[in-house]
Amino acid sequence: MCGIVGLFLKAPRLERELGALLSEMLVVMSDRGPDSAGFAVYGDRTQGRVKLTISGADEDVLRRAVAELGKAINETPAVTLHDTHAVLSICFDKEKAARAFIEGHDDISFVGAGARMELYKEVGRPEQVTQRFGLPRMAGSHGIGHTRMATESAVTTRGAHPFSTGLDQCLVHNGSLSNHNGVRRMLQREGMRFATENDTEVAAGYLSWRIREGASLKQALTDSLSDLDGFYTFVVGTETGFAVLRDPISCKPAVMAETDDYVAFGSEYRALAGLPGVDKAHIFEPEPATVYAWERR
Amino acid sequence: MPSFDLARAPLRELNAALHALSPTTNETHWIVSNPSGKHAVACGLDAPVTVEIDGHVGYYCAGMNKAATVVISGNAGVGVAENMMSGEVRVKGDASQSAGATGCGGLLVIEGNASARCGISMKGIDIVVKGSIGPMSAFMAQAGNLVVLGDAGDALGDSIYEARLFVRGRVASLGADCIEKPMTEEDRAILAAVLKRAGVEARADDFKLYGSARRLYHFHIDNVDAY
Repeated sequence: MCGIVGLFLKAPRLERELGALLSEMLVVMSDRGPDSAGFAVYGDRTQGRVKLTISGADEDVLRRAVAELGKAINETPAVTLHDTHAVLSICFDKEKAARAFIEGHDDISFVGAGARMELYKEVGRPEQVTQRFGLPRMAGSHGIGHTRMATESAVTTRGAHPFSTGLDQCLVHNGSLSNHNGVRRMLQREGMRFATENDTEVAAGYLSWRIREGASLKQALTDSLSDLDGFYTFVVGTETGFAVLRDPISCKPAVMAETDDYVAFGSEYRALAGLPGVDKAHIFEPEPATVYAWERR
Repeated sequence: MPSFDLARAPLRELNAALHALSPTTNETHWIVSNPSGKHAVACGLDAPVTVEIDGHVGYYCAGMNKAATVVISGNAGVGVAENMMSGEVRVKGDASQSAGATGCGGLLVIEGNASARCGISMKGIDIVVKGSIGPMSAFMAQAGNLVVLGDAGDALGDSIYEARLFVRGRVASLGADCIEKPMTEEDRAILAAVLKRAGVEARADDFKLYGSARRLYHFHIDNVDAY
């Protein structure tokens, strides 16, 4: 089944409340996905720096690994610890070296990277996951989240959504893709790399590949309609953008609410019921095979 | 007049109270507030009472309805009035997919739009949509009337057995074995009667009728090579 949510703020007014609102939306969707949960939050950016989100067994493991990483890249990263995840802020030109160090390290895993994106995911009930990471206290301009009922691959932290395959890009998915193995092979030939056997990671990788080749987020999603086969509702975040796409037979549910302040997505209306001003919002179901995209200027 | 606040009491209590009503109850008018998209609100009713719901409901609202009148002052989630037997369900906002699915009788009125698969496998229900309906509506429809004042999405009436589909606006495309049919006096009278019951003002002459070409009823010998 799975539950997905997204919240994109059109103006800064509600930014401090983003995490609290997104957290409530995710917890309501626990019934649709009790196995694991994850979310991405687009927070502040610091000029010239990139945020790397990594995961490890506990805070001690993370602290030790970050100290080793600091030596390896000759820079002491600014670190924020959130339970099993840590967000490191480093100079943009050290990103490649840091990524190589993380990939070669046994105790930590790479989760996501971006100028603004922080990415958290873990096995467990969504209300526990959001509390462990402290989502209700996070601020940002937009965020997406997922509660997972696993069908395609194992219930592991790596199999949890969102999936990120490019800087500041991430995707959550409700559904299952049928041609992901073929598309993954094609993308690997194009130089894309994958961490799991998961179908959703292929969808994320596909969009990252199209964007790398010059497509806009909207164009990349339009292209996916001809190349990805299966059932899907996608919600996608980029540094400044937010987009939604449903498959041509709209197999999976989706409902959206739009006000002057925000655009919100939920698998079911219940997820949106607690948002401020939702009683006066424009409520609609996204049409099948139609790309909806918002960009913050 | 009994009223029930779903922000204060659990949904199961509401449904249990509604299920306990006898056909001769004098508690005939119920008000439900704060549904907040909850699923299965006022599901499985079988007494001739009216339930007014103030707000948006989730999946399967008024499912399996028999004899009762359920009015939703808001939007309805997936499968509103699914498998309705009799009575009336009215949605003042929009309805999500599979509205009136497999309905055997009664009247479903949607004052806004209905999304995909409206009236899928309908088996005798009458559905009136004041707005438009989404793709794949009346898929495998078997009996009843689907009346649409707006437009219909792609693949209307795909694999339809029977049932009358009246559409006033544009039909994006017809599904397999669904065709436009000439409207007889009997069809026109049926349409006028459904519109009247729904309290909807529209002229029967402005609609077109779609239905089954009946070419899928039996195996066609030309397809034998497929086996």
